[in-house]
Amino acid sequence: MKTIAQINQKIKDGRAVVVTAEEIIGIVDEKGYEQAAELVDVVTTGTFGPMCSSGVFINFGHSDPPIKMKTVSLNDVPAYAGLAAVDAYIGATEVSTTKGMAYGGGHVIQELVAGKDVRLKAFADGTDCYPRKSIETTINKYNVNQIYMYNPRNAYQNYPAATNSTKKTIYTYMGTLLPEFGNITYSTSGELSPLLNDPYYRTIGLGTRIFLGGGEGYVTWQGTQHNPEQARGENGVPVSLAGTIAVTGDLRGMSEEFVRGAVYDRYGVSLFVGIGVPIPILDEEMLRFTAVRNSEIITSIADKSGQVKLSETFTYEQLQSGSVEFKGEQVRTSPLSSISKAREIAGILKEWIEKGDFLLTEAVAPLPLKNKINKLEIREVK
Amino acid sequence: MKKIKVKLHFPRKWISKPLMSEVISRYGIVFNILHADISYDSEGTLIAEISGNDDAVENALEYIDSVGVRYKLYNKSIIRREDECIHCGACTAVCPSAALTMDADNKLNFDKEKCLVCELCIKACPLGIISTEF
Repeated sequence: MKTIAQINQKIKDGRAVVVTAEEIIGIVDEKGYEQAAELVDVVTTGTFGPMCSSGVFINFGHSDPPIKMKTVSLNDVPAYAGLAAVDAYIGATEVSTTKGMAYGGGHVIQELVAGKDVRLKAFADGTDCYPRKSIETTINKYNVNQIYMYNPRNAYQNYPAATNSTKKTIYTYMGTLLPEFGNITYSTSGELSPLLNDPYYRTIGLGTRIFLGGGEGYVTWQGTQHNPEQARGENGVPVSLAGTIAVTGDLRGMSEEFVRGAVYDRYGVSLFVGIGVPIPILDEEMLRFTAVRNSEIITSIADKSGQVKLSETFTYEQLQSGSVEFKGEQVRTSPLSSISKAREIAGILKEWIEKGDFLLTEAVAPLPLKNKINKLEIREVK
Repeated sequence: MKKIKVKLHFPRKWISKPLMSEVISRYGIVFNILHADISYDSEGTLIAEISGNDDAVENALEYIDSVGVRYKLYNKSIIRREDECIHCGACTAVCPSAALTMDADNKLNFDKEKCLVCELCIKACPLGIISTEF
């Protein structure tokens, strides 16, 4: 048994043993769970996937004379301005009014992270206290007051693989899906994925300090659609859509390497976000959780045309092999989330902790283990 | 020696002739089929690599043309800005010839020899870093 305070002391003393969620598997194979749990203090995780539910809050600062911005756009991508006078939120999936789906919020966010100038246009009605009615200028992450990512839903604990039962190619947020179960896509970093390494959220909770987009960030809430009541395997790992986290972090610490705008053909814009979460090895149970491997993580598969209910399941080891047997045929499987970047993130977080630059945090409150997912019913409006 | 990549368009109701074996035996070329989609009652396409001495390749193409099969030479090739690639793998989902695959290290691997230049990967790449070059 170790406490987070004890682990932090070891980190400060430069004595902490930190390994990635891939490396821990080899250590367990060699030493067994009990010895590995005593040896290892922290396991680092990582993921780098398209996460649509992401965005950035900005306070632009006041102009002279001031304006109460009513409509705001950044590089012609609309941002939400129904907040105080010069506060706005730009969402990753918002698309350009001039370029359509080819450019959107995800790209604006990437450019802001990179430190580039972005064109701000805003209009207002004009009031006694905010007389200005329009403004056009450029902003960047250094000349605004606050600029922080706030992502309502990131790092899905597990996600169904996707396929297409129809006779036509379909274009989805899970990539291009070929007719008649012509291919399968999946999105996870598997054994490296943060919430798959802490399946019951024993250590990941509100206030957990994380790697976010190349800088430091925090878990701030349960993510939207957080679904802890999903069926779980014997190892506690959910077998389909489950937990999610909301995260926040300052754009000024982030790097373009880990925040990338993306376009999914005929679907729209999204944002690749890099997240890494450190997991303290408090006891043998936590060690067992972090030693989970791709062959032990199962996911479901969904027909993205919505026509057929599929009951097959696959392990991530099978999906990562490049093809699986499905409906009597060998079907190609393709990832959408970058495993090599996830590995890089887990490695960077490991380095930060080893150097003593990054201390672990005790969660202020846990993520809920009970939460029902509601459907949106179409009710009669009176 | 000459090596070209070519796409053949077979017309609808094309009266079947042993085209491949004929060009091979007449001109002594190597005819490597990369992709074929041919049936009796609809238009068909075949993508192949033809190699042999310069004259033989030219003559083979002339013969193919003379029997009413149109062809298009591939003079383009697919390129990707490698330093910007994040190795997500989305392009591998649409690649019909498995020229784009993930390697054992989860990095994107591109086998130019297998590429049909179908260009499906260009739109499938979420970062827009794949294009064609002449």
